[in-house]
Amino acid sequence: MLSSAQTPRLLRSPAALTFKCLHTSPILTPASTSPSPSQILTNRKALLSRQTSAVDLAKSFLQRLRRHEPQISSFLYVSPDDIVLKQAEELDNRIKNNEEVGPLAGVLVGVKDNICTRDMPSTAGSRILENYRPPFDATAVRKLREMGAIIIGKTNLDEFGMGSTTEGSAYQVTANPWDLSRVPGGSSGGSAAAVSARQCTVALGSDTGGSVRQPASFCGVVGLKPTYGRVSRYGLVAYASSLDVIGCFGSSVADAGLLLNSISGFDNFDATSSKQEVPDYASQFVPLDYLESKPLKGLRVGVIHETLGNGVDSEVVSSVRSAISHLEELGCTVSEVSLPSFSLGLPAYYILASSESSSNLSRYDGVRYGNQVFGEELKSLYGDSRAEGLGSEVKMRILMGTYALSAGYYDAYYKRAQQVRTIIRNSFKDALDKNDILISPAAPSVAYKIGEKKNDPLAMYSGDIMTVNVNLAGLPALVLPCGYDGGSAGMPVGIQMIGAAFDEEKLLKIGHIFEQTLEGYSFIPPLVADE
Amino acid sequence: MALTLLRGLHSNCFRLYPSVYVARKHVRHFSVRSSQGQTAMQEKQHTQLKASTKSESAKYEEVLKNYEAVIGIETHVQLSTRTKAFCSCPYNYGAHPNTSVCPVCMGLPGALPVLNSKVIESAVKVGLALNCKLSLSSKFDRKQYFYPDLPKGYQISQFDIPIAAGGYLDVDLPVEFGGGHRMFGVTRVDLNRAGVPLLEIVSEPDMRTGTEAAEYAAELQRLVRYLGVSNGNMQEGSLRCDVNISVRPHGQEEFGTKVEIKNLNSFSSVSRAIDYEILRQAQLHSQGQADQIVQETRLWEEGAQKTFTMRKKEGLADYRYFPEPDLPGVNLSEEYISTIRDSLPELPETKRRRYENMGLNMQDVLFLANDINVAAFFDATIATGADVKLAANWIMGDIAAYMNNEKLSIDDIKLTPQELGELIASIKGGTINGKIGKEILFELVAKGGTVKGLIQEKDLVQIADPSEIEKIVDKVLANNSKQLEQYRGGKTKLQGFFAGQIMKETKGKANPALLNKILLEKLNSKP
Ligand SMILES: [Zn+2]
Repeated sequence: MLSSAQTPRLLRSPAALTFKCLHTSPILTPASTSPSPSQILTNRKALLSRQTSAVDLAKSFLQRLRRHEPQISSFLYVSPDDIVLKQAEELDNRIKNNEEVGPLAGVLVGVKDNICTRDMPSTAGSRILENYRPPFDATAVRKLREMGAIIIGKTNLDEFGMGSTTEGSAYQVTANPWDLSRVPGGSSGGSAAAVSARQCTVALGSDTGGSVRQPASFCGVVGLKPTYGRVSRYGLVAYASSLDVIGCFGSSVADAGLLLNSISGFDNFDATSSKQEVPDYASQFVPLDYLESKPLKGLRVGVIHETLGNGVDSEVVSSVRSAISHLEELGCTVSEVSLPSFSLGLPAYYILASSESSSNLSRYDGVRYGNQVFGEELKSLYGDSRAEGLGSEVKMRILMGTYALSAGYYDAYYKRAQQVRTIIRNSFKDALDKNDILISPAAPSVAYKIGEKKNDPLAMYSGDIMTVNVNLAGLPALVLPCGYDGGSAGMPVGIQMIGAAFDEEKLLKIGHIFEQTLEGYSFIPPLVADE
Repeated sequence: MALTLLRGLHSNCFRLYPSVYVARKHVRHFSVRSSQGQTAMQEKQHTQLKASTKSESAKYEEVLKNYEAVIGIETHVQLSTRTKAFCSCPYNYGAHPNTSVCPVCMGLPGALPVLNSKVIESAVKVGLALNCKLSLSSKFDRKQYFYPDLPKGYQISQFDIPIAAGGYLDVDLPVEFGGGHRMFGVTRVDLNRAGVPLLEIVSEPDMRTGTEAAEYAAELQRLVRYLGVSNGNMQEGSLRCDVNISVRPHGQEEFGTKVEIKNLNSFSSVSRAIDYEILRQAQLHSQGQADQIVQETRLWEEGAQKTFTMRKKEGLADYRYFPEPDLPGVNLSEEYISTIRDSLPELPETKRRRYENMGLNMQDVLFLANDINVAAFFDATIATGADVKLAANWIMGDIAAYMNNEKLSIDDIKLTPQELGELIASIKGGTINGKIGKEILFELVAKGGTVKGLIQEKDLVQIADPSEIEKIVDKVLANNSKQLEQYRGGKTKLQGFFAGQIMKETKGKANPALLNKILLEKLNSKP
């Protein structure tokens, strides 16, 4: 499957190999040992040492997936068992024959349904793409397959990624595995819930204004939004092209980082992908035993002042504050940073994202694919297909965007928002010149109830305040669970670490050490832990 | 009223053509390649024109005396890149539009455009050739509208920052139209359109007549062909001209209402449509009905030789332009630009000035410089040392006639510039005479070979030895004593008969001057 020229880095990476030794228990680890073991590395070790087989591993995931799916509804499509097991079987044969296997061999990956997969439907959560099967794999998906990963299914999302709860899916509402009455966040709620409920090892999501990070926070998993251009967008159904990035979900920082390792890099099919060299992110996952007592000594951490004030739940603030103390204990120098333009991000984001989406979504006219409403005339065919095929949130954003781009309004809206974007980008750059990373909560609250904000779009939009600025600035950010709302029985709280452009390496290093040293927390939802 | 007026225009449309079109009968007509190599003026020769009556022509002149047209042209040039503009699908004109498609050109969800770098190169070439200022950083924008052939609902073009702007184009008007040199402003050159790589070239409203506009378009065609960026074929639509035209009374500063004309598939239709439109608008002006000229798009109909309303503009279309987020900006380095500048061929204007300085007349200059391949052939011929005027005459005369008859381009003929040089030298040096030269030429053009080889093979060396010619003259005179007697009896016209007999005897190889000299001596000498 892999030519020698493509020999995966991981096989040769001594750091990763050492790291592997840390976690020996297969698949799921009780909370008592390391807080968040790398499932990828643990399972890899078990596979290569023949402790388990890829088939057994796949079966156990498929079983758990089916067990929880009726309650959680994180998947829009699950690959048939025989197809998954056939891939696992091939892998077992390779291992048996001592053939080389890719770094993601046997890793079961959930893919957000707005990322194209050639053998599965890709609906972007919209009726207008119902039953649409793309003739090609997204570059990220192609790379995953080349690395030996098995795509287990397509996860639910807010239609075209437009939403923060996954209630905006045209097909189903996904529940939060921590509390089935709550939303998983969105728009990548399906991916976050699936990883949280261990229905798959890792998952791909997409992040336009926080769509990976906020659901990661709501579901107590790790969410990584890479720098714009780090991962090819080819095959990602466009929402707002200048903001969209494919991101990673894992139940540990290492898993999210290993996933990023596999999908990063320049792509001839995406002119906005970066030619900047991709470092070996796996090398950041230094084993705990090797760390000094103050492993993050000298690192400058800037806490964004504007993100811990009014409008942010006190439990969230206190969780993030104690996470900050933890970082200090690890050796970080913490200071407060003020970004006065921070609050401008939200309106600028909604104008720019809506404008671009109004254009990106004009191709869904019912003529070529998806839902077509029979029309006597071309215009009514377009109109009726769109009226029936697109949901209300999508329509609202198309209208907003169309308005913002219209002659006479362009300067007041689109152009002004672009200017704000430049200001925000510069303010982040200044802050990151003085700090290694910036810190904020991932969301102003923990996961809220299903239906709670459904009829109050502004309340939902305001929940994106923590994340949208990062997209406007094109920066990488890592969200990882750092505490609970209301004690250990409560909902998880996520902390967001923002890095300089293309400095995912540093985020992963800090995140990994933070996570491995965060004692007394387990972020496996009771639903799964009680199994 | 408007209807009556239109009817009037219908029946009188042919008076629109300026008398020069009709009067011009003796212009040499060359078509280097039947469909491709025509200049605007040459193309007009094909058009059957009904002679306008004197009175109609006079009316036309009368109306135009008081009005001036303002004409600008928007040209779309289809670039001859091997692949489409934003994906790697091969692009061939004429191929079924859906024979090679990929997710990108189908606009499938998730597919992204990637700019073909050849497109930028072509745009820079054209920008430089049009004396434009190049933007070191330009960008792409989305122009949005619904159209069945537009899979994504928008087309990628350049809106506020074109890749090149502020240039001009030099045009030499044909001699038949009084000649003269014009410089027409070029507002901008920009990259345009989704699948098919297209360059848009927008002129300043600098033209005043149909002829000027047609020649501007012809010069653009010449330019893109010289640069090798497009085949510039109008029939195929590789070069498309949309004309904006308004008419105003002489002396008026502000422009009249602008009308756009589309569907112009040849230079002559550009010229005729404009002349038709000028008269239509001028007449409305002169009848106090200028308010009936509305901003609209009109179609030129070749059959009717008229323009018709296609659609009236109801307010400006709002294309909701915004910067294309899928493509990074186009950044050109000075170094890149100068590399391209250095690679540019000699451009038509420079070539014409050079030919002019060689002493060729403008008609020859325009002919030779019209087609870059013909010009290259000519240049290579004179590089062998051949006489400039003789080389031009051979190419424009017998060679062009041959190509025209056989529908060949100069690259298709078997004659090489080296052999044409040799042929000219052989005639000049007296090895063969002009008549033999012509025979050899047709052989060379059709079958190839060398001048020397043909002369030897066919034993065609000119007989220039006086004693040999004398012998033959004597023989012919002896064999035709009866005619000799008649000649000497005063029927001197028979000289031609004798010359013919001698040529027949020598298979045409006798040096004509020498032959005539000796023949005359013999005829007139006392027996
Ligand atoms: Zn294509």
